[in-house]
Amino acid sequence: MELEAAAALGKFFGAGLAAIGSGIAAVGVGNIAANFLAGALRNPSAAGSQTATLFIGLAFAEALGIFAFLVALLLMFAV
Amino acid sequence: MAGEAHSEGGLAFHPLDQFQIKPLFGTGPVEWYTVTNLTLWMAIAVMVVIAVFVYGSRSRALVPSRMQSLGEVGYNFVYNMIDEVTGHDGVKYFPWIMTLFIFVLLSNVLGLIPGSFAPTSHIMVTAVLGFGVFFAITLLGLVKHGLGFLGMFWMKDAPLALRPVIAIIEIVSYFVRPVSHSIRLSGNIMAGHAVIKVFAAFAPLIFISGFGLLVTPLSILAITAIYALEVLVAVIQAYVFTILTCVYLKDALHPSGH
Repeated sequence: MELEAAAALGKFFGAGLAAIGSGIAAVGVGNIAANFLAGALRNPSAAGSQTATLFIGLAFAEALGIFAFLVALLLMFAV
Repeated sequence: MAGEAHSEGGLAFHPLDQFQIKPLFGTGPVEWYTVTNLTLWMAIAVMVVIAVFVYGSRSRALVPSRMQSLGEVGYNFVYNMIDEVTGHDGVKYFPWIMTLFIFVLLSNVLGLIPGSFAPTSHIMVTAVLGFGVFFAITLLGLVKHGLGFLGMFWMKDAPLALRPVIAIIEIVSYFVRPVSHSIRLSGNIMAGHAVIKVFAAFAPLIFISGFGLLVTPLSILAITAIYALEVLVAVIQAYVFTILTCVYLKDALHPSGH
């Protein structure tokens, strides 16, 4: 196989693999939301004051998924 | 990103074409002073903010009108967020954080109008906001606490042997903050708009083949659902951007208060 063809093929493989990272970040986000809900149902009176913490946790988990998405975009369009 | 490197796909148009920055007048090169669709929509966002707040606070009635209650809700929302997350001494920085919040929110929401342009989908716009927050907060911490600000990286609770390792991790995570802060916002907005465009590219399939009888209604449904999700994401990402600014501000005001 030509080197350029292999590189072009690898680009798409890499982008596809990076999409797995986005999926795993989704698992993390779901995990945070599930645990928050489990805790909030046990003590609903304390849940309202913790929504800010929930969103901060969601944002941090989501950021890594976005990084994976960015890697995919870079591979597809910049490399 | 979506420049000349169009791959040969089957889509009717490229999902990233919508993020191209074009000059509004003529077709010349884009200089720093060129009026483009990006600057136009940023200006529109600022104008809408000014219109809402100036018009809303014009009468200052005891029983607020619609515009006034809109402004009051936004004001109270950000004020309470700073009070809760940063603490009461962070309220001094309210104008700055309110400006960030309302600009990001309006850019996100106005970008959802079909045919418009979302300024926050560009990494350069959010990087200016994110790095601006980073530099402002680092300077603020250094001015307020001097070298004591560096105590943020030196955990006094941890065992002595672990402290240098933790310090390295803390320093790295401190310097990654502006990157993740800005990429989170632009990545979310860009990904959402690109997904809508991908489904939109499948929609005209009904004109081409009989297979479209199945695909076209599904993709139109998907566009509707994802658009609703994007309205949610636009608001949540503005909220997240602001609340992270508040968290970073708290670190600068109370560096050892972990």
